[in-house]
Amino acid sequence: MNLIQFMGAVELGLLYGLVAMGVLLSFRILDFPDLTVDGSFPLGAAVCAILIVSGVNPWIATFAASLAGMVAGFTTAWISVRWNILHLLASILTMTALYSINLRIMGRPNIALLGESTIFSPIEELPWPHLYTMSAAMFVVTVFVLILLYRFLSSEKGLAMRATGANMRMAKAQGIAVNRQILFGLALSNGLVALAGALFAQSQGFADVSMGVGTIIAGLAAVIVGEAFFNPKVIFAALIACVVGSIFYRLVTAMALNASFLGLQASDLQLVSAVLVGFAMVTPKLRAKILDFKASRGGQ
Amino acid sequence: MSNANLLKNTLQTLLLTLSLNFKCSAELPPRSIAITQFVDHVAVDTVREALLEELAQEGYEEGKNLTVDFENAQGNAATAGQIARKFIGLKPDVIVAITTPSAQAIVKAVGKDDIPIVFSAVTDPLEAGLVSSLKDHKGKVTGVMDAPPIKEQFKFIKTLLPATKTVGVLYNPGDSGSVSSLEIIREQAKQQGFTIVEATPVKSSDIQAAVLQLVGKVDVLYIPLDNMLVSAMKTLSTTALKHHLPLFAADSGSVEAGALACVGYSYRQAGIKTGEMVAEILKGKDPAEIDVASPATIDIFINKYALEKLKITLPEAVRRQAQFY
Repeated sequence: MNLIQFMGAVELGLLYGLVAMGVLLSFRILDFPDLTVDGSFPLGAAVCAILIVSGVNPWIATFAASLAGMVAGFTTAWISVRWNILHLLASILTMTALYSINLRIMGRPNIALLGESTIFSPIEELPWPHLYTMSAAMFVVTVFVLILLYRFLSSEKGLAMRATGANMRMAKAQGIAVNRQILFGLALSNGLVALAGALFAQSQGFADVSMGVGTIIAGLAAVIVGEAFFNPKVIFAALIACVVGSIFYRLVTAMALNASFLGLQASDLQLVSAVLVGFAMVTPKLRAKILDFKASRGGQ
Repeated sequence: MSNANLLKNTLQTLLLTLSLNFKCSAELPPRSIAITQFVDHVAVDTVREALLEELAQEGYEEGKNLTVDFENAQGNAATAGQIARKFIGLKPDVIVAITTPSAQAIVKAVGKDDIPIVFSAVTDPLEAGLVSSLKDHKGKVTGVMDAPPIKEQFKFIKTLLPATKTVGVLYNPGDSGSVSSLEIIREQAKQQGFTIVEATPVKSSDIQAAVLQLVGKVDVLYIPLDNMLVSAMKTLSTTALKHHLPLFAADSGSVEAGALACVGYSYRQAGIKTGEMVAEILKGKDPAEIDVASPATIDIFINKYALEKLKITLPEAVRRQAQFY
């Protein structure tokens, strides 16, 4: 792996860290398996791209993209809460619908942002090497969002949301409006994912209707790998763990791209990523087992 | 490598060595190229293979004096971005980007770096933002565009099956290639006096239903250059044959996979043209001086099996010109 590839993986990993935090919010904190993200990621890209090519300020475009993502998340939650539909099904409905909606928004399947002014344009014009400045910019964005999210989750409102996910009946008994928590939580989660989509489109130079493929997998893998490595006990650690997990996932993909020396072909990439992530997930458990085994031997 | 290929290669090498012209591969300085594509399907793979063959003809043989790094994004945009980073780190002499999303990811990632980029299998490089103009683009990006000759394709339907009244068009509304050609398809069908009925499967599991939706309503089926449909051409052509529908495609790979016929640029030709461009750059030409081009020739491709099944007789002129699969 060369340095550019490494920094590229870090940059993408930080960007997908936003997705990972969104997934952490829905899957772990709210206990709501949400597949909407496969649609809200390209939704963010679509809204951002069409606004930018129409001449809107890229910051406003990015903000609008996040809002659109929030609407998508809200819709999923509303279908599930209002009509009492299984969360998984509700999210699949929204995700499927978003494909057509994204096409409508863009008016065509692919919008190029090459040569357009984006929120990264000032950074790209800096005299320093592009690969460091972009990663640094992504780092600032992700850490900023992480801190905001942490502050929210430690506030009274955030605690109510966490209580809803931890034990809904108990939360209800404490006078928390649980449905409202789910509606807001999913909106927030998908807002983050759409923000990631908007940033992705701007940093990669295009929005494509197919670019949502694999978003949920990347997000989930980041959350699970992060948990496997750090075993976080507090929310701050969990947020950091999923961002680090996301970077790890991208590094694994980068490694898989370089695995040709093992006789692997370009088409084996997905398999290699899956195996490596699986290995990362199993390692802590294996280690625990070995330690257990040693402890029991020592005890005798 | 198959035995036949091995034999062919050995013969070629022998011929090269025997010929008085000693401009054979060994004399050209070693070069490196990096190739990436967004998806796997027959058409895209053909471009890559033809490209490498053409480079070998020009004296750059993979494994001898040409290092080839190849990566496939497998439909994942983030992976395409990571592949782009890998390639920039490798600093090859030329990056070849096959298909639109891969080309966009490469062009963005290369940024101001000075690596020549040659794209291929891109329908509309202007709308994709790859080049500022097709001629005199003055940049480090050039390549081969393959906007299919739709006018000729619809004329050909008329020639082959003059009784045709309605044409069923299947396309994935999420495919930039097919959507960008849709306007022209509607226009050209009108010119030939055809009525168009559209069906839009968005994933390969919808294809069967989409074809059934058209059975009885249309005389023939037409498939534009659509990544998803082209990858599922075997299913598509079997279903169409079962319902006795002649299936016209926009690329030769589809005819090989069972579609009745197509008029168009063969992906081989596109690959060869791409190879010519890459070789020119490897030999020192500035990519800014190479205009974006289409493949050199238009060909007719016919699938023999489908032809027999549908009991269609070819006009003599077509028979002489066509290539059969």
